[in-house]
Amino acid sequence: MVRAHCRNDRPPSLAIDRLRVEIATRRGPARVIDDVSLEVWPGEIVGVIGESGSGKTMTALSLLGLMPRRARIAAGEIRLGSDTITHLPDAARRRLRGSRIAFIPQDALRALNPVLRVDLQVGEPANIHRRTPWEQAKARAVELLRAVHLREPEQRAREYPHQFSGGMQQRAMIAMGLALEPELLIADEPTTALDVTVQAQVLKLLREIRDTHGTAILFITHDLGVIAELCDWVYVMYAGAMLEQGPVGRLFAQPAHPYTQMLLRATPTVRTVQAELLSIPGQIPQPFELPAGCRFADRCPHRFGRCASEPPHLGIEDEHTARCWLLESLAASPAAAS
Amino acid sequence: MSAPLLQFHNVAKDFESGLLPWTRRRVRAVDAVNIDLQPGETLGIVGESGSGKSTLLRMALRLVRPSSGEVLFDGTDLSALAGGDLKAVRRRMQAVFQDPTSSFNPRQSVGQILTAPLEVHGIGSGPTRRQQVADTLDLVGLNAGFMERYPHQLSGGQRQRVAIARAIILRPSLVVADEPTSALDVSVQAQILNLFKQTKRELGLTYLFVSHNLGVIRYVSDRVAVMRLGRIVEAGTAHEIFTNPQHDYTRALLAAVPDLAARHAAE
Amino acid sequence: MTAVVEPAWRGRGINWQRWRLLAIGGLLVAIVVVCAVFADLVAPYSPYDLDVASMLQGPSAAHWLGTDEVGRDVLSRAIFAARISVEVALVAVGVGLIGGTIIGILAAYFGGWIDLALMRLMELLFSFPAILLAVILLASLGTNILNAMLAIGIIFIPGFSRLARAATNGVLRQQYIDAARTIGMSDARIVVREILPNVVTPLLVEAAVAFAYAVLLESALSFLGLGAQPPEPSWGNMLNTGRGFMGQAPWLSIVPGMAMFLCVLGFNLLGDGLRDAFDPHLRE
Repeated sequence: MVRAHCRNDRPPSLAIDRLRVEIATRRGPARVIDDVSLEVWPGEIVGVIGESGSGKTMTALSLLGLMPRRARIAAGEIRLGSDTITHLPDAARRRLRGSRIAFIPQDALRALNPVLRVDLQVGEPANIHRRTPWEQAKARAVELLRAVHLREPEQRAREYPHQFSGGMQQRAMIAMGLALEPELLIADEPTTALDVTVQAQVLKLLREIRDTHGTAILFITHDLGVIAELCDWVYVMYAGAMLEQGPVGRLFAQPAHPYTQMLLRATPTVRTVQAELLSIPGQIPQPFELPAGCRFADRCPHRFGRCASEPPHLGIEDEHTARCWLLESLAASPAAAS
Repeated sequence: MSAPLLQFHNVAKDFESGLLPWTRRRVRAVDAVNIDLQPGETLGIVGESGSGKSTLLRMALRLVRPSSGEVLFDGTDLSALAGGDLKAVRRRMQAVFQDPTSSFNPRQSVGQILTAPLEVHGIGSGPTRRQQVADTLDLVGLNAGFMERYPHQLSGGQRQRVAIARAIILRPSLVVADEPTSALDVSVQAQILNLFKQTKRELGLTYLFVSHNLGVIRYVSDRVAVMRLGRIVEAGTAHEIFTNPQHDYTRALLAAVPDLAARHAAE
Repeated sequence: MTAVVEPAWRGRGINWQRWRLLAIGGLLVAIVVVCAVFADLVAPYSPYDLDVASMLQGPSAAHWLGTDEVGRDVLSRAIFAARISVEVALVAVGVGLIGGTIIGILAAYFGGWIDLALMRLMELLFSFPAILLAVILLASLGTNILNAMLAIGIIFIPGFSRLARAATNGVLRQQYIDAARTIGMSDARIVVREILPNVVTPLLVEAAVAFAYAVLLESALSFLGLGAQPPEPSWGNMLNTGRGFMGQAPWLSIVPGMAMFLCVLGFNLLGDGLRDAFDPHLRE
């Protein structure tokens, strides 16, 4: 119901269906992504929240076909619009990157080539994918820089990345991402390294992109506040699995999974006074030492007998689901994955 | 009110770059800063990049000297100290740094890292030092087995615990913390912040806590100073600053912080 | 947490990709060192025994690699020559390594005009072609082995100092140096305990390669008559004498040439192997 406004008759821009990614290690295959499903509809900003080791970055890499060599997709499907892209050969994947799927990484400075002018880099997608001649590509680059609100874009276009501030670099990356009007924009912690005032501007820019172009945005972060401000829907990842997902407002107001609840109470806030931050004891399990039952059980204060086996996604209300046995009594019926 | 532990009197710091006279540029990293730190309180310094907060912190530790003005520790001018006197003062002010990967010599074990301060100040000897290291590890929630481990074998949270252990092993009066939780996950950050609070209570410490994260500053600080472009634009109790900010910059900063409660109203 | 990735080679026990250069280089170097140290035991004859009657004989059962112009066994001379080369290389690299490291670390640690002065001095030394510098030094100090060692050592100092300085600058940026100062550590202790162990690695790799170059330099000097003096055998002076007998007795040149080749190759591979062994990317 809540997401129906996205449905119309178009397929989701991105659909990940029961994805499983394994990495070959000395100790056997390690499941870094385990039965993860998510959707991003056109015009939606979807957040994926997770700490380090949650598998959130690996999810993005699997979409782009940029996983490490030893990793493979063991099960599941990835669909971009109506096309299945799970096991695309490299050449086809390369055609997707930059044109239909754009990626904005965390560290913009490292992602930009220090010896090339900005207009050459921002114009590159057009030149590669659409064979736009350089003169035109560079002019288009100036327009893109203007669209991301860089002042004096003609001047900026002729400069080099190290002459830009952190926020400007990130905008340049976004400009590069938008060059070919992608269906899907994946942002992996794009504002983590930025000052909070600059972050606010970048978030505003992303909202604007969604509003003007209807681009679907997948926003990966560990910052709950950013998700609350920016996203429509959120998925909570932990140790490779999706523990809870739902509309942002509801999930933050009434988090269903103990991990989400504890994460919220562990986050220091500015607008309220907290007597004590809740700290979650223990550590996130490594992919090769995942427990048999619910993967959060040994850190969970509410664990009980049932937790020895892994809970399915149980529905709470309107597609808000969580993988926790505590909800069994509430659930009308186990929801199908996502 | 007792005498302040740390004082900045009209402190300024310039950095020069360039070799030849006509290429030299001067940057004023800190400008006319006046602030005191009372014993037993936590002063939070918050600012964005380029605000000068890190330089201020380095002056507190006497890693750099002010270009003008004085930094006084317990009434003594830090710039005037040298040799044995400086060493004696250093024993009373310690630091926890930000980057868990570069805060430790990769070739030293945790035990060696924690024993070094004791060796430098000639405290105890072999067995007593070992005991003191074990006791301090216990204070930060790590068991003695960690002494044999190397930094790269520890998680981010464990490394920061060791960093805190290193800061408190000399039982200083002042601990300066430079973004100690910025590189940590939310759940680990909460553990470390609580550990900071706990150690402060148990050992009667005074903190100078620098961070760009306003939520963290609010949680740990008694008083807060907001820095921008080298100056303190506003200072007051944590409550005052966060509930009733006066300066435009402070207000802008607070407004820019993403609000967890933002979407509750909408749904 | 980064993803756990399997190393590219899954050998039993040892990761061969990482260790293979080191193994081959190490083997060659070991052979040279054994010859140098145990020359008396390894060589079939003394390098000084004249036997004019059997001069300029090709390889035979009695003399595996032939004899030279005064009947001395070429194989034995080549083995004893290894001793000279290893000795000279050891001392020269030692002088260069220690001198260069001290200068480099001090320059980086103190910075300012100390850094300026030291580095300009190093550049001055560096700008001299190696052989020329060695010849000048030997001409002024006297032509003997010891001075040759010193001269080569001095040639190496600027290279090591530059490496040490760069490595030290890298270490100085790390926060554990700030932490060490905060604890109250003296400069001396910081240099020895915190900086030195962390800059050693690239210097050792460079030292292995410098060995090779030292061997070459020593041979060049002996070839010019400035290093080991006859009747001391050195690959260089063996090459020099061999020149005159190229047509009749090519083995007089080939043997020392091959010996040098294998020695230099060994040290170079050792250096590359050390670099790979220390490379964190190839680590398991």
